[in-house]
Amino acid sequence: MVEINLNRRQFLKLSGATAATLAIVELGFNEKEAYASSKEFKIAKSTVTPTICCYCGVGCGILVHTKDNAVVYTEGDPDHPVNEGKLCSKGTTIRQLYTTEKRLTKPLYRAPGSSKWEEKEWDWMYDRIAKRVKETRDASFVDKEDGIIVNKTERIASLGGAALDNEETYLLSKMMRGLGIVYLEHQARI
Amino acid sequence: MGANPAENHPISFRWLLKARENGGKIVSVDPRFTRSSSQADLYAPLRSGTDIPFVGGMIKYAIDNNLFHKEYVAKYTNASFIVKEGFDFKDGLFSGYNEETRSYDKTKWEFETAEDGTPIRDESLENPRSVFQLLKKHYSRYDVETVVNVTGTPKNDFLKVCEAFCSTGKPGKSGTIMYAMGTTQHTVGTQNVRAFGILQLLLGNIGLPGGGINALRGESNVQGSTDFGLLFGDLPGYVGAPKALPEHASLKAYLEKETPKTGYWSNKPKFLVSMLKAWYGPNATKENEFGYHNIPKGNKNYSHMALFNAMYKGELDGTFLIGTNPVVGGPNAGKEKEALSKLKWMVAVDLWETETSAFWQKDAGSNPEKIDTEVFLLPACSSFEKEGSVSNSSRWMQYRWKAIEPKGESKADLEIIHSLATRIKKLYKNESTPAAKTINALHWEYGGHGEHPDIDVICKEINGYDAKTGKLVANFNSLLDDGTTICGNWIYSGFYPEEGKNLSKRRDNKDTGGGNFLNWSYAWPMNRRILYNRASADPSGKPWSKEKAVIWWDGLQKKWVGNDVPDFKPVVSPSEPGGQNPFIMMKDGVGGVFAPSLNDGPFPEHYEPFESPVANLFSKQEMNPTVFIFDGSFNKKGNKSKFPIIGTTYRVSEHWQSGTMTRNQEWLSELAAHMFIEMSEELAKEKGIKNKDKIIVSSARGEITAYAMVTKRFKPHKMNGKTVHQIGMPWHFGYKGFATGDTANRLTPHIGDANTNIPEFKAFLCNVRRAD
Repeated sequence: MVEINLNRRQFLKLSGATAATLAIVELGFNEKEAYASSKEFKIAKSTVTPTICCYCGVGCGILVHTKDNAVVYTEGDPDHPVNEGKLCSKGTTIRQLYTTEKRLTKPLYRAPGSSKWEEKEWDWMYDRIAKRVKETRDASFVDKEDGIIVNKTERIASLGGAALDNEETYLLSKMMRGLGIVYLEHQARI
Repeated sequence: MGANPAENHPISFRWLLKARENGGKIVSVDPRFTRSSSQADLYAPLRSGTDIPFVGGMIKYAIDNNLFHKEYVAKYTNASFIVKEGFDFKDGLFSGYNEETRSYDKTKWEFETAEDGTPIRDESLENPRSVFQLLKKHYSRYDVETVVNVTGTPKNDFLKVCEAFCSTGKPGKSGTIMYAMGTTQHTVGTQNVRAFGILQLLLGNIGLPGGGINALRGESNVQGSTDFGLLFGDLPGYVGAPKALPEHASLKAYLEKETPKTGYWSNKPKFLVSMLKAWYGPNATKENEFGYHNIPKGNKNYSHMALFNAMYKGELDGTFLIGTNPVVGGPNAGKEKEALSKLKWMVAVDLWETETSAFWQKDAGSNPEKIDTEVFLLPACSSFEKEGSVSNSSRWMQYRWKAIEPKGESKADLEIIHSLATRIKKLYKNESTPAAKTINALHWEYGGHGEHPDIDVICKEINGYDAKTGKLVANFNSLLDDGTTICGNWIYSGFYPEEGKNLSKRRDNKDTGGGNFLNWSYAWPMNRRILYNRASADPSGKPWSKEKAVIWWDGLQKKWVGNDVPDFKPVVSPSEPGGQNPFIMMKDGVGGVFAPSLNDGPFPEHYEPFESPVANLFSKQEMNPTVFIFDGSFNKKGNKSKFPIIGTTYRVSEHWQSGTMTRNQEWLSELAAHMFIEMSEELAKEKGIKNKDKIIVSSARGEITAYAMVTKRFKPHKMNGKTVHQIGMPWHFGYKGFATGDTANRLTPHIGDANTNIPEFKAFLCNVRRAD
């Protein structure tokens, strides 16, 4: 993992409003063009894509401005009947979901007993996960219980999915139940 | 009540403020004087875990002062039904309780029925065994003095809330109740919501604009993901998942058992068979009961806490974690972290390294050498780096377009799920074991480019189409139970009625009347915006009032018309059978004041939380007598002598849930940088604590350190001559990200609601002391 090495006090000082430009330089964030000047300059010739906020369930509209494969600006969607262009603190800063250095950009693997992550290729990860799923499933699959066909495995669980798109949750539900998974849960419970 | 929209759903609160400009009143009932309270016309504090006494007292107030909507109650609810002889309630227990199994025999709560099975009604509501009279009797015990002695609410504040809210029982007025996890995360969570339901039915507030009970959903698609069956108990569209029971051993048996003869659910066979066709495609035939046998059948409670209990005991080998972080967000989080180390493998899909995927690290307090779990962490992209729809709290299914390619090598979950499914299927291709057969039968053809599936194909499968011609169905009315229609989730059927018309993409923001915006996106079911809107009109089909009109019967056109899509058969006139039954999803077509299906009773009754500083004033039953209690070290219980203070958790505007999405961003981390514990000036003084001091909070489960935030927003509860303190804390923090802090959920217990098993995060016992 790439960690930004700075202490809190320095971070707070640098990212204060008056020191914004300085912060970009000193912290090495590659966001110069986004912070640099006025809103008009930032979003000139950018592509605008409507989205819905990814946080709470109110469902506010947000416009994402992109240019040269970078997210240059985000703002409340003025045409959206729920928020009419307004946003809360989280919706306002949604751009940083893309720009933050904390984002994972490579699949990571931790071997049993290891104290570190290793970067791996997607194919390697997919194949190994598929193998482990099959192993566990085959060893634990119950097709009949007291004469009733049950076709399940109780040794694999799936948790989460409340932030996924509907189409994704549909595939997830179909795949997990298709595998015979009964420990199927997500954030509505917690 | 049980929600703080000004901070947690801020944009929703804008509309409350607008309503106030139009003469509306905002009431805030909360243990803490929140930012919502600060904007309210009325504020009433209550002790965490005493919602039923509060609302029960309001129910009594509405009945005693004749403020309920009598015709609505008599015609549109089951208040007129007669409960069979033998039903009783004594010292905290309803009839039919079995102490050994901690459960009820619900046959003791049945209605008297005519020969054809329809319930007998007394619309005068005077029969002593009518639901209305039983309700009146039940809540006669919830007198003002007892209520405020339990809740700690100043009597005048309580009465002002009663007066304001119960004034909405008149035609032309409406009131809504907005709630969130402050209501549900209790051992009586379901009954808390039920109490809201009863009150709103009494006041005739369901089915009207400005009415209803509004769950403020905390995640952008917790609505949709529940609709699509990501909780173990339901398949997509709330068709109950079959269990390992003789009654569910075949499709025929399942449908016979689970299909009510009346109400809209009588169509269940069409929904389930069409879903089986969507899942098993050509492998679903009439002869093999459309692949019904492939659906896994369990016989246990597989919910979150049971899942972690099983993991803790080593009963699970592998777990998928899809954008979730239980080491911060789960109850008794320290134990949930321990449980993870018993796994042989874990697949985490996330934008970030979380406290959960990193549970094996030294920073997590673990010894990596001793943990054999193989961990796969797959980078997912954010919501605007992919396309798809999400469903908000109003069931609006809104499309999100892709603004940019996924960052780095991250991918859309859609692609990740698809790739895993196709690879697992490939491994089984040439096998014929029972395990292979079920996965081979799963129909998985989603086209697309390379590994990315075609989302349009998935959308069509969800909406449904004719199995032979491939023509999209107009909506769920077209579905059949003979295998000729395919539909992945019936409640969404209709969002994609014709080629090229995915209605979730609509962006026409003209108000079509009543603020319903019928041409903006799509609301399930059938684009209806106000559920049960038939109840906005009187039995004859005329609106109860002009101000609150939604739909009405047009005798000339012979159909229901208005400014919303009727949540009713559009051509059934008020004088036809069923024409006066607005609650079409209920078996009897009416609202359930009495709910004979719940595990803990047909009426909400107050029980103290699992951990409480006081005895129950209402009965000898201290705790909900039907909750499941986990044993041993997994679930330690604290007592009031060691832990005399009530603890509760909450959220702040700047962070979201377990904090992974926000603590990994710079600005939000800076805005709310520290874990804190909020307490009253009175408690701080008692404990010698000053604002910003480092303090330790302990419970039977663990200890955490944080900064003290001493405020006037918490006041000690004064009840029954006793003073009880309550503290609150955000549950967003963990040790990863920019803003770090101790995890509040290390304090919370593994105990949950008797119906939903949602954990009791909102009322537990703890103690505080200075750290130095």
